[in-house]
Amino acid sequence: MENKTINHKNEAYLLEIKNLEQYFNIKTGFLKTSPLKAVDDISFAIKKGETLGLVGESGCGKTTVGRTILNLYKPTGGEIFHNGVKIDNRKAIKQFRRKAAMVFQDPYSSLNPRMTVGDIIGEPLDVHKLYSTRDERKQKIQELMTLVGLSSEHSTRYVHEFSGGQRQRIGIARALAVNPEFIVCDEPVSALDVSIQAQVINMFKDLQEQLNLTYLFIAHDIHVVEHISNRIAVMYLGKIVEIADTEDLTNHSLHPYTVSLMSAVPIANPEKARKRKRIILEGDVPSPLNVPSGCSFRTRCPHATEICANKTPLLKEVRKNHYVSCHHVEKN
Amino acid sequence: MSLLEVKDLHTSFFTPAGEVKAVNGISFTIEKGEVLGIVGESGSGKSVTAYSVMQILSHPGKIVSGSIKFKGQELIGAEDKVLNSIKGNKISMIFQDPMTSLNPVYTIQNQLLEAILLHTDRNKNDAEKRALELLKMVGVNDPSKRLKQYPHELSGGMRQRVMIAMAIACEPDILIADEPTTALDVTIQAQILDIIQNLQKELGMATILITHDLGVVAGLCDNIIVMYGGKIAEKGTTNQIFYSPKHEYTKGLMRSIPSSVEKGKRLVPIGGVPIDLLNLPQGCAFSPRCDKAMKICLKQNLEHIEAEEGHFTSCWATVKEIIEKENIEGGVLENGK
Repeated sequence: MENKTINHKNEAYLLEIKNLEQYFNIKTGFLKTSPLKAVDDISFAIKKGETLGLVGESGCGKTTVGRTILNLYKPTGGEIFHNGVKIDNRKAIKQFRRKAAMVFQDPYSSLNPRMTVGDIIGEPLDVHKLYSTRDERKQKIQELMTLVGLSSEHSTRYVHEFSGGQRQRIGIARALAVNPEFIVCDEPVSALDVSIQAQVINMFKDLQEQLNLTYLFIAHDIHVVEHISNRIAVMYLGKIVEIADTEDLTNHSLHPYTVSLMSAVPIANPEKARKRKRIILEGDVPSPLNVPSGCSFRTRCPHATEICANKTPLLKEVRKNHYVSCHHVEKN
Repeated sequence: MSLLEVKDLHTSFFTPAGEVKAVNGISFTIEKGEVLGIVGESGSGKSVTAYSVMQILSHPGKIVSGSIKFKGQELIGAEDKVLNSIKGNKISMIFQDPMTSLNPVYTIQNQLLEAILLHTDRNKNDAEKRALELLKMVGVNDPSKRLKQYPHELSGGMRQRVMIAMAIACEPDILIADEPTTALDVTIQAQILDIIQNLQKELGMATILITHDLGVVAGLCDNIIVMYGGKIAEKGTTNQIFYSPKHEYTKGLMRSIPSSVEKGKRLVPIGGVPIDLLNLPQGCAFSPRCDKAMKICLKQNLEHIEAEEGHFTSCWATVKEIIEKENIEGGVLENGK
């Protein structure tokens, strides 16, 4: 890992998530509701200056994790610690939000079309009262725009005048306005074309080095996550099934879901693509309203046995810093 | 005679802001049993090409000029009777979004039967049997139950399977798949690509696979067309495109995908912004974003040049390479920016 900011000696965690739960009550009939376990008992920690990638298929709860951490949804269970401080009351939330920000997936719908770019970027400054004079506000906005590679003269323009990649830059500038130390990036490049995607990914990396940022990088594209993350967590139906250092996870994935996911990702290399053996999973992801008993992956798992239906596997450390929740992965 | 021959096709959208030249003079052929990949970014004209071949462009889109021949028969300007006997029968199409391309108020059976009854002279009983068989072919579990269901009761992957079943109902000669897996998850994507690949082999149909994902075409296609700004930037066999790309745009694309670079290294993005189809540059469509643009690139468009056998590119840099190899001197090939 080339990231020098990770402090391995005292393992200072910027953010610690313990047994986080987010259940939504969904109407399933007349006067009947059932809990949808979008996030079910998740624990992890992020070190300062690190990028943790979060991958999974749609509906697995990865976006909900990001939003719950920032308290956009009030967690229904579990604890979130920021620098050791528990985030559970209004004061703590407000303070945390001055240090944390979010970049959204869709640069077309996450920016208000009726506001000028300057006002969009300036809004967090207004909310947190981060300036004393109008000039200071204007100057800050211009600095932010230059930082993300936009021309500061464009601050009076409206969003529709910008392309997708530029809009995502506006979204990033808005996130940086509060001078955060932690950013949740929720599929920030999946709406962009490949050639533009690379520009934005490079920018995320540069900003991280420049401003010493910590990212939770949520995406469904494993290649993108692999490229940007120090560690990767794989989610399936509201649970983390595997979490490890990027190299370790991509080269020696252990959980059957991760293994098949890795083998199913298209690779842009004809020789390798023709030669490799793909493990194609049967069936669809079960409905999160009706999660299978025991291990939630067992209905699609090629190795499932009786124990998988009866007992929920726990996330265990099977190698150094490599955690897997599967009954069939031996500790070595 | 090629199965499908597209020649100098121009398709434009006549919008209030002006003429958008979505497809700007492209030619290609497809042979029996061939799998052709068309890759490009959004707005490169890959879907419009497919829509033009199927002649299902909606207003204000119009084929301006060119020729599309299916087994020697001209499709542009053909009578409706002729077109209707080919569309959905000999050439059929799978669309990107399985959520919106099925009719929500009809059952799966209803929609599958429509395709079968329209194009074959089976009676209703036979058609129902055929529908069941088709669903089995595309790997739908419990097909007889699915037939009675409505689209909203099926998952995305299942819906795309139904779409494929519909498309292959008449054993078409050509299957056009327009971003068939873009809306789906990775594991489901693998299932669907697997089905398309197996069916293609089984039925021997020619397939046009349109996608923005280089990874999808890498494992599946025999030949690849790379499109940019409504034009073909490069075409060749899969190996030629991936291992010795000639066009600067293709080279840029290959460098900018995260899986292509070593871990920890920076990606090499293509600079600039995507092309504005209302204001096409005078010369090569890619020249405003190209690092290696020469004077001639800004002025003149190159139709194509055959760099090696079967490998065509519309990049002046290739011409330069060839000239340099042959030691010909020319002032036009100086750096233009």
